[in-house]
Amino acid sequence: MLDWQFLALLASNGVLIGLMYSLIALGFVLVYKATDALNFAQGEFVMIAAFAVAAGLTAYHAPLWLVVVLTLAAMVAFGFGLERAVLRPLLGRPIVAIIMATIGLAAILRGLGPLVWGAATKALPLPVSDEPFAWGPLLVPPIQLVGAAVSLLFLAAFGWFFLRSRRGIAMRAVADSQQVALAMGIDVERYFALAWAMCGVVSALGGIIWGSMLGVDANLSVVGLKVFPVVILGGLDSIPGAVVGGLIVGIVENVAAGFVDPYVGGGTKDFAPYILMILALMIRPYGIFGKPIIERI
Amino acid sequence: MIARECGVFKTTYEADMALYPLPIARWTVGGLVVLFFAVLPLTLHEYYLSIVNLIAIAVVGALGLNILVGYTGQISIGHGAFMSVGAYTAANLAVRLDCPFWLAVPLGGLMAALVGAVVGVPSLRIKGLYLAIATLAGQLIIEWTINHVTWISGGAQASIQVPRPRLGGLVISSQRGMYFLLMVVVALAVIGAMNLVRSRIGRAFVAIRDHDIAAELIGIDIFRYKLLAFAISSFYAGVTGVLYTYYLGVANYEQFQLVTSIDYLAMIIIGGLGSILGSIFGAIFITLLPILIRYLMEAFGGLFFSTQVVLNLIPNLRLILFGALIIGFLVVEPEGLNRLWRNIRTYFRVWPFAY
Repeated sequence: MLDWQFLALLASNGVLIGLMYSLIALGFVLVYKATDALNFAQGEFVMIAAFAVAAGLTAYHAPLWLVVVLTLAAMVAFGFGLERAVLRPLLGRPIVAIIMATIGLAAILRGLGPLVWGAATKALPLPVSDEPFAWGPLLVPPIQLVGAAVSLLFLAAFGWFFLRSRRGIAMRAVADSQQVALAMGIDVERYFALAWAMCGVVSALGGIIWGSMLGVDANLSVVGLKVFPVVILGGLDSIPGAVVGGLIVGIVENVAAGFVDPYVGGGTKDFAPYILMILALMIRPYGIFGKPIIERI
Repeated sequence: MIARECGVFKTTYEADMALYPLPIARWTVGGLVVLFFAVLPLTLHEYYLSIVNLIAIAVVGALGLNILVGYTGQISIGHGAFMSVGAYTAANLAVRLDCPFWLAVPLGGLMAALVGAVVGVPSLRIKGLYLAIATLAGQLIIEWTINHVTWISGGAQASIQVPRPRLGGLVISSQRGMYFLLMVVVALAVIGAMNLVRSRIGRAFVAIRDHDIAAELIGIDIFRYKLLAFAISSFYAGVTGVLYTYYLGVANYEQFQLVTSIDYLAMIIIGGLGSILGSIFGAIFITLLPILIRYLMEAFGGLFFSTQVVLNLIPNLRLILFGALIIGFLVVEPEGLNRLWRNIRTYFRVWPFAY
């Protein structure tokens, strides 16, 4: 006998969490879409931004808006610098080189955060109450609601950016074919840098929300591993895909955790999304919204 | 080194492909055998031998991963998990069936090869980025399974104590005994890998790496060879896991997490993709890195920082240096330490003459 109220509660939490996954996945998709690089350091981007915000709020007692603005600016600068120093020399190299470069970057960031700001878990206090509010049978923690709202806002903003703005259209052209874009007079390398900077912005927002929910330490970067099921399900190069993938992963992991955990002793949350991902890879590797790859010799 | 190639002319393909490219190589190999089987174990302190043992274990794993990534061009971020499969197979065999060491090593390897081949199945349909993500999923799922199925992991903290390795009536309990065992395994692994990559199978691997569709057109059964590459590579990984388990005396999944997979990837990147010697260099380098950092920080860190800071510094500095080295090698010297070694050799080939 299914407990419908329990299911609704799990699913509603899953939707909110899923939207927050979408936000992080968005950074990943932006980079992949424009530069064809797989960013294995996505979770570490989120972590380092959360570290910066937590340190700004608790150690330097700066006002929230100032910290957020400074972190966003720093992450943009970081994105530009990263593209120039690391990714550009690796253009045209085998995929394993780019993957390993981002893995190396992840290691650096994971060492740098605790080195600069200390390894202890830090709180990231946002002006949001901790009391979950009840809405019918549903219990909604306000921070998740804020996170979901921010995610939706930015997903919409990026949707507009890609469909309507001049830069967004140029970026889509770069993503479609770098050579043709070059021939049309688009400065491809500049858009690569822009993609990494946008990834930095999204990661910073993700870091503030996830850091506030989970506390800030090096383990926050594990959130980045959840990005892979999200983007594989949705399609590596699709923004709507990031939303749908995030929702699917959020709902599936919450519901699975609620119903399966009592039997296997916990941990289903970290397991179910990957099973789903393997299935997706077998059946439809380019995802729900991704564009199929056609190979020619 | 000097003028050693004088008067050597190869007139057949067999001579060109021979394991010993030059007559003098026999002497080099002989010298290495004496060094590793007589000089080192008799002179080194037990503690340094334990470090050499760690390196030896890493060499086997790095060779295996290099066969897959460097030679076949398939990516695996799941090798840590394959090692844990070997480790737990051997541990269960040793504890439940009283399986001897010499049998546990290949059996652990075979089990890992089986699991590796299954994880490699998606490699037919997906490649590159997608394969990387699929093997990542394989890593996480295997990790979770071992951790949650008590029949495999032995329950408490998912660790199984293994008895000391025995050969006949001889119980090997010292690092020195372990050293000889490991050296034999490493020698077998190196010779096996060298012969593999110059065989028909190795050539097929390289063809798939260079262009898989072209390889298919010249009649290479891609699916079979990709699976074979995954199986062989995982076999090496499984053996690594077994050896490490016997080295530690306990099988524990925490030794084989995602971080381990990344360590081994770093070894072959830094050592040199598609090179046997590179795998060995990389294994030495990555194994020694944390030991050296710890040693240097404990010796000199106290001069600059307080003890508290040093304790925080050691693990984080390791991560930062590790990442910086990977990126540095990728950007500056993509062919790794092996290339640096070749440059040195080329320089001395006609030394002291400029041409």
